[in-house]
Amino acid sequence: MPNSQEMNPQKQGLLARFKAMPLDSAPRTITVAVVLCLFCSMIVSGAAVMLKPQQQLNKVLDKKVNILKVAGLYEPGVDVAKAFEKIEPRLVDMQTGKFTDAYDVNTYDQRTAAKDPSMSFEPANDIASIRNQAKVASVYLLRDDAGKITRIILPVHGYGLWSTLYGFIALNADGNEVSAFRFYEHAETPGLGAEVDNPKWMALWPGKQVYDLDGDVAIGVNKAGSGVHHIDALAGATLTSVGVDNLIKFWMGEQGFKPFLENLKNGDA
Amino acid sequence: MAESKKEMLLDPLVDNNPITLQVLGICSALAVTSSLQVAMVMALAVTSVTALSNFFISCIRNQIPSSIRIIVQMVIIASLVILVDQILKAYLYEISKTLSVFVGLIITNCIVMGRAEAFAMKNPPIPSFIDGIGNGLGYSLILLLVGVIRELFGTGSLFGVQILQTVNNGGWYVPNGLLLLPPSAFFVIGLLIWAFRTWKPAQVEARDFKIMEAEGGH
Repeated sequence: MPNSQEMNPQKQGLLARFKAMPLDSAPRTITVAVVLCLFCSMIVSGAAVMLKPQQQLNKVLDKKVNILKVAGLYEPGVDVAKAFEKIEPRLVDMQTGKFTDAYDVNTYDQRTAAKDPSMSFEPANDIASIRNQAKVASVYLLRDDAGKITRIILPVHGYGLWSTLYGFIALNADGNEVSAFRFYEHAETPGLGAEVDNPKWMALWPGKQVYDLDGDVAIGVNKAGSGVHHIDALAGATLTSVGVDNLIKFWMGEQGFKPFLENLKNGDA
Repeated sequence: MAESKKEMLLDPLVDNNPITLQVLGICSALAVTSSLQVAMVMALAVTSVTALSNFFISCIRNQIPSSIRIIVQMVIIASLVILVDQILKAYLYEISKTLSVFVGLIITNCIVMGRAEAFAMKNPPIPSFIDGIGNGLGYSLILLLVGVIRELFGTGSLFGVQILQTVNNGGWYVPNGLLLLPPSAFFVIGLLIWAFRTWKPAQVEARDFKIMEAEGGH
């Protein structure tokens, strides 16, 4: 920089004066920090806003794929949106066990609702360790061409060993016989508890009966036993198996979907 | 530095590998290598973040006041990592679900910051960019090696395609469950470092101290 300019700092432009400051001076440090933060925050927020629609689409799609899988309608490469048209989403009031239209069925999110104190409650006998239960649950119905219900798909979740397991159970029209069961989200030990995803284990579920002749929950995941209510526990994953046992008993019981299933059977849901 | 660009790119693969020689970025190498597909996406993410952060930091290196240089580097790295995370969530949703927090933790990956501080602050943008790619590839190489070993012997598959039929599915191979857990990556990386240093003895570090010879009998 020419000497003449350094001698008359008043005559210089703002930028040149700024440039003449030492790199470590306070004004320069603050300016660099502010400009950099503004620039970076613009890039980050721009990307977040631009990619948001695509991300939400993914989330919805992922949930639909899982519902289709448990309904037995999913094959790789299938048009998810089209296949999902066969499935009828509904909302159920957990206290009355009847359908409700309190929220928009397409935007209602049961997991968000469970975190909102005004939309959830603490279950009295919390065997599945879920702590907060949403007052309204999303269920999915599959109907045949005549409009008769053929499958009832219910969301279940509960604590295993490390994580909360989220899944769906699909029941046949009688509301008793299991047609499929699968988890779509958990973080159990790979190779042990994570074997809940093993197709061979999931294949144990179809055909089992949830309730006994008295209408009590009889289905159970345990080590010994046999018959229509017994599902073999996972080897080497005792606590995950206990968790699955608890969550299935919770969601199929009085605090779960049992009132709804009874109403549905009697035709006044 | 008088290195050619080719050397800068290839040097971190074996001779100056960030994991086996510099022993940086171990945490994520433990967490994301249980399946090869996830490891590959993670490797790509780290490589692009290292290269781009090196590039941008080098672009403004003459304007960064030294008193806040680490924070400036962090801001640039963090922005890039969020960008990568957002893109993964939008276009590779399944994989981003398995990677979960580990994409965010690229910010704390020592390789990214180490290269920014050691190289990008002193060199022009293009060499810095190449240095970032080279170090990213060095990281990727180890990640993929560990991923191959863990997925093949842990589940009998590669990229999710069954290669060794496991006993659970009626085959003959008994998978080693330990390989699916994070500690196994420690063993695998340890063995890799041993193998690398046996192959290239120049990488063996000088001893910090010498064990004294015991005097006399006992």
